[in-house]
Amino acid sequence: MKLYNRGMIIAGIVVFLIVATFPFWYGRGKAVSPPDLKLDTPAIQQLKEKLCVETAPYMRANHMKLLAAWRDGAVREGNRSYRTADGRVFQVSLTGTCLECHSNKKQFCDRCHDYAGAKPACWSCHIIPEEVR
Amino acid sequence: MNLIAALIAVLILTLSALGIAFSATLSFLLTAILPYAAFTVFIGGFIYRIVKWAKAPVPFRITTTCGQQTSLPWIKNNPLESPSNVWSVMGRMALELFLFRSLFRNTDVAIVGQRPVYGSAKWLWFFGLLFHWSLLIIVLRHLRFFIEPITPWIKSLSTIDGFFEIGVPTLYLSDVAIVAGLTFLFLRRMTVPRLRYISLVTDYFALLLLLGIVTTGLLMRHFFPADLLHVKNLALGWVTFAPAAPKGVGTVFYIHLSFVFTLLVWFPSSKLMHMGGIFLSPTRNLANDNRMKRHLNPWNAPVKVHTYEEYEEEFRDKMKLAGLPVEKE
Repeated sequence: MKLYNRGMIIAGIVVFLIVATFPFWYGRGKAVSPPDLKLDTPAIQQLKEKLCVETAPYMRANHMKLLAAWRDGAVREGNRSYRTADGRVFQVSLTGTCLECHSNKKQFCDRCHDYAGAKPACWSCHIIPEEVR
Repeated sequence: MNLIAALIAVLILTLSALGIAFSATLSFLLTAILPYAAFTVFIGGFIYRIVKWAKAPVPFRITTTCGQQTSLPWIKNNPLESPSNVWSVMGRMALELFLFRSLFRNTDVAIVGQRPVYGSAKWLWFFGLLFHWSLLIIVLRHLRFFIEPITPWIKSLSTIDGFFEIGVPTLYLSDVAIVAGLTFLFLRRMTVPRLRYISLVTDYFALLLLLGIVTTGLLMRHFFPADLLHVKNLALGWVTFAPAAPKGVGTVFYIHLSFVFTLLVWFPSSKLMHMGGIFLSPTRNLANDNRMKRHLNPWNAPVKVHTYEEYEEEFRDKMKLAGLPVEKE
């Protein structure tokens, strides 16, 4: 059977193929290594037990929710202490607690955020310690 | 009944996805083999349908009567509603593709005081447009998982989409719009008796499947966060043909993937093929040039014609004798 309007149909199919396979040809099939998060800041190396506020898998997926809860609690209710599930108590502070250990924003926060395309609004209010020092 | 069947189909999908999440072998199948299978079926099926449609001859111009066709120079024509050349056809197609022109023309009739009264009905147009545009934006935003480094235009699209910075992580406007659009399209089929009567299982299934994809996506973003590091590792693994087994992505992610792969596999054989089919709609893509060009029917049997010139050539002498006027002396 004849293919009518052959030129237009084939051009359309070619455009569809190019658009649909965009991720395949854009990266040229080059393997990308996942971001390398640096956990070797002086503060972390001094810790006896290398444990964040909560467990690492929880923090990886939920840190933004925890930080949002911290922000709302501290700013609106003046709640400045956080008790973890296993009874440890932390001061609620991004600069004082989080960044005390993770003082390497460029090698820690940014690497994952850039990789996943996340744009946290933290730094529109908070200072970045390593830039101030 | 149709609705219940579609609902059951979606539930079976959800349950099987849950089963897959708890089995190592099956989750390997879902994350390493099914993506390629689903994508191949989608691409292959899509091209098959287009080629099949293109083989159907459309010998005559199907003109729609919503605009004045090009005729005499002193009659004002409407190039977008009744195009007569390629550029006007492109204009009409663009209006249809980007703004759903033909849905905008939708009317509703009601009996007011024993008289039928016609009025415009823009609801379907509005929510249809809302749904399709947000779906496009959402698909484009998902490219952030498939390419590294992420191109600036994808980042800016996400920034504009999350312009109001509501909540953490930011609520995307397209997510709200797609839920609104799909909910309207679904409730429309449920509540309007005429539509309920003509709705098939697949009509409900398409909407429920899309709603399922959107719901699981929103759950992963706002309620049960998936570890995006592993999600991106997996997506990048697909496009570099080295899929890595994901860790810590949660069961919702598996349901999301199962829905998406079902959609991809089902797409070419469903009514959702209007994505490709809209380009081939004869009432939109054929110029109204019946009076300018002769369009031959490809399956016409060859007809032996005897033109006037040939006729005159044959009988000129006799015509002259009879005193009939001839064109050539």
